Amino acid sequence: MANIKVDGNEIEVPDHYTLMQACEEAGAEIPRFCYHERLSVAGNCRMCLVEVKGGPPKPAASCAMSVRDLRPGPEGQPPEVFTNTPMVKKAREGVMEFLLINHPLDCPICDQGGECDLQDQAMAYGMDNSRYQENKRAVEDKYIGPLVNTIMTRCIHCTRCVRFTTEVAGISELGLIGRGEDAEITTYLEQAMTSELQGNVIDLCPVGALTSKPYAFQARPWELNKTESIDVMDAVGSNIRVDSRGREVMRVMPRVNEAINEEWISDKTRFIWDGLKSQRLDKVYVKKNRKLQASDWNDAFATIARAVKKADPAKIGALAGDLAGAEEMYALKSMLTAIGVKNFDCRPVGSVIEPSKGRASYIMNAGIAGIEDADAILIVGSDPRKEASLVNARIRKAWRQNGTPIAVIGENADLKYDYAYLGTGTEALAALAAGDDKFAKVLSKAKRPMIIVGEGALSGATAKDVLALSAQIASDNGALSDEWNGFAVLHNAAGRVGGLDVSFVPERGGMDAAKMQAAGKKGDMDVVFLLGADSYDLSAYEDAFVVYIGSHGDRGAHAADVILPGSAYTEKSVTYVNTAGTVQRTNRAVFGPGDAKEDWAILRALSAHLGATLPFDNLNQLRAALYADVPHLAVVEGPVETKAADVAKLAKVPAKIKPGALGSPIEDFYLTNPIARASKVMAECSQLALGQVKEAAE
Amino acid sequence: MRAIQFLNSLLLREFVSTFFLAMRYFFKPKPTINYPFEKGPVSPRFRGEHALRRYPNGEERCIACKLCEAICPAQAITIEAGPRQNDGTRRTVRYDIDMVKCIYCGFCQEACPVDAIVEGPNFEFATETREELYFDKEKLLENGDRWEREIAANLAADAPYR
Repeated sequence: MANIKVDGNEIEVPDHYTLMQACEEAGAEIPRFCYHERLSVAGNCRMCLVEVKGGPPKPAASCAMSVRDLRPGPEGQPPEVFTNTPMVKKAREGVMEFLLINHPLDCPICDQGGECDLQDQAMAYGMDNSRYQENKRAVEDKYIGPLVNTIMTRCIHCTRCVRFTTEVAGISELGLIGRGEDAEITTYLEQAMTSELQGNVIDLCPVGALTSKPYAFQARPWELNKTESIDVMDAVGSNIRVDSRGREVMRVMPRVNEAINEEWISDKTRFIWDGLKSQRLDKVYVKKNRKLQASDWNDAFATIARAVKKADPAKIGALAGDLAGAEEMYALKSMLTAIGVKNFDCRPVGSVIEPSKGRASYIMNAGIAGIEDADAILIVGSDPRKEASLVNARIRKAWRQNGTPIAVIGENADLKYDYAYLGTGTEALAALAAGDDKFAKVLSKAKRPMIIVGEGALSGATAKDVLALSAQIASDNGALSDEWNGFAVLHNAAGRVGGLDVSFVPERGGMDAAKMQAAGKKGDMDVVFLLGADSYDLSAYEDAFVVYIGSHGDRGAHAADVILPGSAYTEKSVTYVNTAGTVQRTNRAVFGPGDAKEDWAILRALSAHLGATLPFDNLNQLRAALYADVPHLAVVEGPVETKAADVAKLAKVPAKIKPGALGSPIEDFYLTNPIARASKVMAECSQLALGQVKEAAE
Repeated sequence: MRAIQFLNSLLLREFVSTFFLAMRYFFKPKPTINYPFEKGPVSPRFRGEHALRRYPNGEERCIACKLCEAICPAQAITIEAGPRQNDGTRRTVRYDIDMVKCIYCGFCQEACPVDAIVEGPNFEFATETREELYFDKEKLLENGDRWEREIAANLAADAPYR
């Protein structure tokens, strides 16, 4: 710890603090453009100048100078820093004047207007007039992809975007070339950025040089209603802020949550909002004469009630989709259990994940932030970059900052960090478990190893072996102690862990998704309820009466006999549990289109027609019932408690291991769910990504 | 007192003085104007009917910055913006003023960075239905085209005082 005096107030700060952090600690506000807490220090905007007593007789950049660099006075007095002297004021005004020399005064047509750092700081620290008479510089705009718009004349060369792409996203596609007036940010080759985190440069850019392309000129920050919510594009559960105007979602922005997404979000999360406006189910549809026809709620409910009454409860099933919230699944299961149904599933076909094996067996026990604490990481059958971009960003952070050794079994994908590639399938996993691999030594030496198992590897023929072997590797290498549980399942759907928590899985004697599919193919399913379930093979249920409750006209709606229009995640308050087991709640930002209702309310109304009225009339009563059954869902953002012993129990390796390759179930990062498939922006990104893959192959 | 009242009544003092007052006004020049055919003077700062102006080359001035919408105390202005089809510049897709809500405060023209929305000298836009007072972009641009000469002259006249 070091003592330092800021504007006369003496404070004590850790040695590694920069002057800027020390000043913030003391309550002095320091303007800045290039400095960002999560990026390296560049010190090139010079806005953060402060006066240092005893130092050289010039202002010092507080972001680049450490508290350690300061010397105490001759009698041991603490070093002194000033942030409010005339020298500092003059320095700031001068820097601001230089920055504004080449900055166009086009705030009225700039999308950053109203939330611009330069605008705010020019008001607070700048001069009120300009002395610049000469011509301003103009810079050609660059194409850097379909997501980020560039107006390069506005750039003030803070290089935040360059540092973000190289440090966090791991792509070296942006750079600063030229000097002085000729300095330019460029992609060198006029190519689209290939990162799935590129949207974050829009937030990082302190001016309007990088703005969102799909959002271009759509709205002003002051006319947007801001609703804090949770993202459902992947199982990370990124904290987001949904900005809406009237009944429309205009954009999605990140919120800070150190334990989950820091302050980044993936492009799918950020640019999904146009998918919320197209392909929406806004009317009730009932199939009459082999055609879906617009109808009303009573007709639809009566039709469903007739079908259910005719059916044998053993031949009724329910599947929950990737975006289903915990409340809805709970309501659906309660309703159907009351009429004797036992067939439920929310997992992919052939999954070996069982809630009965304990919560530790299906979540990322150490948490997403725990990746940074790990000292060796093994990734099994997963492509974290596609399945959970922010988990991948965390792994990259751990690799970059701590040099954490990483190994991968499965696809040899470009994950943007170096890793030891151990093989494609179960053989490599078995070899590692037996200790026949170089990485086995790294794992056994590690104190806090982490074994990340992809959800894709936990379904299919080899799934049992993968689960057992990973659990064995975890327990053999000390990953299952009381302090550290390094067993981590990486899910790729937002609703999955919530579904497992409310046990949306077959009751004793019931059928799971695979068995239902087989029964459906034989024509043995009478009624199937799909709660936003689009990722299953729905052709199996052609003979069955299919009820689809969901928000988008996607695969599920095509297979349906009755469509009940539900709400998307921005239109309802539901609980999602992320892959690390953190319980989070969305908030309603806008109302659903047309007749769309909140899914739990649809199920409540339907239950009355089925003669098994659910015992709740509002969301609070539903939640009370849910919390009585699953107490840990009541603790939003609370600590996740799991038992490492549950994982140890899984490690019963069979004598013979089925060989098979492990891969990620996600083929196209941009089109993983119905909302993404309805989005034009996502379709464009997907096309571009496919094009790039082809180009690379040629 | 009684004597004075008696004299006033006898000499018809009030009647006579009123007669002279009437005669004075009778011979004075008349301030009344024959309204629809004659009009009084209007200040260059007069805040009348709104108009959206164009540049001399015909390009619309409005850049959809939405400052007028933000400043409007009556919330009479509704704007939707987007990139224009042909050149991608920032333009309004919709620019509506509810003239029934408008309080003619002139804040919109003060806020406008490009002198696009102005309150022109026209005050004769009474309508028979309310619907006609919901001005859209087309109507406002048409106003601008019709009144451009007067508006430009007024702005020029007022410019030295700004």
